Amino acid sequence: MEAIVQQFFNLAIMERALPLILSGLEQTIVICLLVIPLGLIGGLAFAIISLSRLRTVRWAAIAGIDFFRAIPPLVLLIFIYAGLPFAGLRPSPMLAVAIAFFLNTSSYYGEIYRAGIESVGQGQWDAARSTGLYGYQTLAYVVLPQAVRNVLPDLVSNTVEVVKLTSIASVVALPELLYSADMARSVTFNSSPIVLAAAIYLVMLWPIVRLISRLERRVAA
Amino acid sequence: MESWSRFLDTFFNWEVIERYFPAIMKGVVVTIEIAAAVVVTGTLLGLALTIMRTFRLVAVNALIVVFVDIFRALPPLVLVLLVYFGLPNIGINLPSFAVLWLVLALVLAAFAEEIFWAGILSIPKGQWEAARCTGLGFLGTLAYVVLPQAIRLTVPPLTNRTIAITKNTALGTVIGVGEILNQATTAQSFSGNATPLMMGAIAYVILFIPVVVLGRFLETRFTWRRV
Repeated sequence: MEAIVQQFFNLAIMERALPLILSGLEQTIVICLLVIPLGLIGGLAFAIISLSRLRTVRWAAIAGIDFFRAIPPLVLLIFIYAGLPFAGLRPSPMLAVAIAFFLNTSSYYGEIYRAGIESVGQGQWDAARSTGLYGYQTLAYVVLPQAVRNVLPDLVSNTVEVVKLTSIASVVALPELLYSADMARSVTFNSSPIVLAAAIYLVMLWPIVRLISRLERRVAA
Repeated sequence: MESWSRFLDTFFNWEVIERYFPAIMKGVVVTIEIAAAVVVTGTLLGLALTIMRTFRLVAVNALIVVFVDIFRALPPLVLVLLVYFGLPNIGINLPSFAVLWLVLALVLAAFAEEIFWAGILSIPKGQWEAARCTGLGFLGTLAYVVLPQAIRLTVPPLTNRTIAITKNTALGTVIGVGEILNQATTAQSFSGNATPLMMGAIAYVILFIPVVVLGRFLETRFTWRRV
């Protein structure tokens, strides 16, 4: 018991690691503010392309979505970070993270938007078009608001996944929350900094996880 | 023309492919092994927790909810590092393969419990009452009436979640599990060539595209009733 407290809940070590971990938290928030909007916009683009009337375009969008859903994000990130230099491009860790997350999260968000748009009945399109709205206006003012409402729990839960996923940026030495905590761990030979980082993730994400459970129940009921 | 051949030389170098193909295949086997172990143990543990939760014992349910919430809110990589570097210091030594399996199975169990539980809640109370009236006991009702209907509802969300979690086997590379990504990065640094990374990426696509497509099919087949 004593050993467990020493090893995982050592307050003295946590206190020493705190400044480093807080600067890591700042980086994590910066990454989130960068990749979540990118993913939401990219996903919308994927979804709109997958609505195209041309079958080839539609299939290409769906193939793209499935392709990036099949590759683990860490593989994509390492491919971009370690592979592109061979082609003469040297992305910084942040740029590599932005590209990898854009491709990965857009495909997930895209799939969610697509399901949402499909859940809105054809009659809504027909009615909106017959009031004189153009196709893009129908999409923006009539279909999307309903689609987003229908898939809101999925959008929120995917966003939680994206925030959790930012921890893989530590693998390409971007000094975010987990990276800083792991630095502190390797210096102190003690796991308390990682427990502290875990606690920070919990504080950030637990309320949202609870909210998702609520939202999902309500939609299912 | 020259840049094209340089591109091929860097990303699709035949010599490198031949040399490292066995290593990548070894990684594929390890990835499949871990994924299979995680899917089986994670789903079963999730189901077991759900069944425990149906007894509605306040203390037990509180523990289950805390477990589920923690494992849904924490990034798996945080858990992997915590277990891998933390346990040896308190005298528990697990091989990296076991660490990855344990962490991913627990994460899957947490998500599976949540999904199964939502499925059970969506079965109308009348089903329980009618089954009990026919003389079935509590467990009989659960096993023969409620779970078969609930599990049908949970197929699409559970498949998608399972795919996402099995893809996390790639995190094993961080603690030296010899799965695809690990083999690929090792081969890349030995060969000084990006081809192994390309091979690794292709291996993942070949492995996971069928599963992703299957997930898409199940989603339309078992439409998750939510209107």
